[in-house]
Amino acid sequence: MNITATLIGQTLAFAVFVWTCWKFIWPVLISAMRERQKTIADGLEAADKAQRDLEHAEARAEEHLSGARAEARQIVEQARGQAAEMVEEAKSVAQAERERILEAAQADIEQEMNRAREALRGRVAELAIAGASRIVSADLDRSRHDALLDKLATEL
Amino acid sequence: MAESSGDYIKHHLTNLTYGQHPDGTWGFAENAEQAAAMGFWSINVDSMAWAVALGALFCVIFGIAARRATAGVPGGLQNAVEMIVDFIDDTVSSIFQHRNDLIAPMALTIFVWVFLMNLMDLVPVDWIPEAAKVMGVEFMKVVPSTDPNITLGMALAVFILVIFYSIKVKGIGGFLKELLCHPFEAPKGGSPVVRGLLIVILAPINLILEGVTLLAKPVSLGLRLFGNLYAGEMIFILIALMYGGIVIGVFGAALQWAWAMFHVLIITLQAFIFAVLTVVYLAQAHDTEEDH
Repeated sequence: MNITATLIGQTLAFAVFVWTCWKFIWPVLISAMRERQKTIADGLEAADKAQRDLEHAEARAEEHLSGARAEARQIVEQARGQAAEMVEEAKSVAQAERERILEAAQADIEQEMNRAREALRGRVAELAIAGASRIVSADLDRSRHDALLDKLATEL
Repeated sequence: MAESSGDYIKHHLTNLTYGQHPDGTWGFAENAEQAAAMGFWSINVDSMAWAVALGALFCVIFGIAARRATAGVPGGLQNAVEMIVDFIDDTVSSIFQHRNDLIAPMALTIFVWVFLMNLMDLVPVDWIPEAAKVMGVEFMKVVPSTDPNITLGMALAVFILVIFYSIKVKGIGGFLKELLCHPFEAPKGGSPVVRGLLIVILAPINLILEGVTLLAKPVSLGLRLFGNLYAGEMIFILIALMYGGIVIGVFGAALQWAWAMFHVLIITLQAFIFAVLTVVYLAQAHDTEEDH
């Protein structure tokens, strides 16, 4: 328990170990730690940035999507309008066609009727002449009475 | 137990001392009296060897960690080492505000080294001395921090650094002024002759007070560590004395376990206190403000 030169020895040992730690150990360890700290900080920041980018991209995608949806709706709307228009047009064309056909048919009917009437009229005239000739039994000159007969036929 | 309790305790507290005997021959002291007769120029080989070995152990462990240190994913050893380094770095940067890149590594060295020296206290008190006896070494004190030479040696190194940085930061004039003109200051104003006289009168008083303050730092620093560890070692030795009978031996084992558990706290705390106080003293040495 005496104070001896051990004191000096320990002081020197202390100096040596502190110097070793100061020069060779501490700087290496602390720089590695700082570097890792920086790496982690950078990584966290990058993750943050990626998150922000993702949110940004999602927002943009949403924007695009809603734009596309609106466009689609517009196109459908337009198509529907066009279709209605086309149907309308077809309807009017068909109507016109119908009227045309109807008119033609009516004209045909009229013509047929007239023809039949003409024929009937002729027949009636013949019958009337035959009847009259039988009644009068005289040889009635046909040529003399043609005008009369024609008049009769038109009256019929 | 062949020897008496007194001899047992005394044997455990005697260093293996190498030095010059009074008759002029060099050699190991065979007992405490011979060691005392050797005077200052002798060396406690056991304390010195264990201290250097443990310091080297610190350098090797931390050196390996430093060599393998990467900024990537740390391994187990690196993790443990970095935890200590980070802890010391935080502590130092909260206490020491000046720019000096020696302080933190020194605090780390002190903390780990003192901790390792204190840790030797947890090795059962007879193991290494008995092993040494088998190898023919009579005395073997394995806890360097129970040797006042070791603790005061470190305190001396700290003291030298305190003086060095005081002079480096404040200059010799500033350092002397700090010693001579505090805590009693001559009042400002008045005639310069009276003021000069007052300064001269107050200087010796200030020197005594400041000198005591200055010297008390390393002495208390060294003796605190020594006292704590010496007392702890003494209690371990006293507990070891109980290993005679079976009943009292079992009781002794329980006591040793309990004291060791408590001692884990003490050795860590004392290592930390030594490191922190060193940083505090050096921070004071760097303080140029007049208020301290």
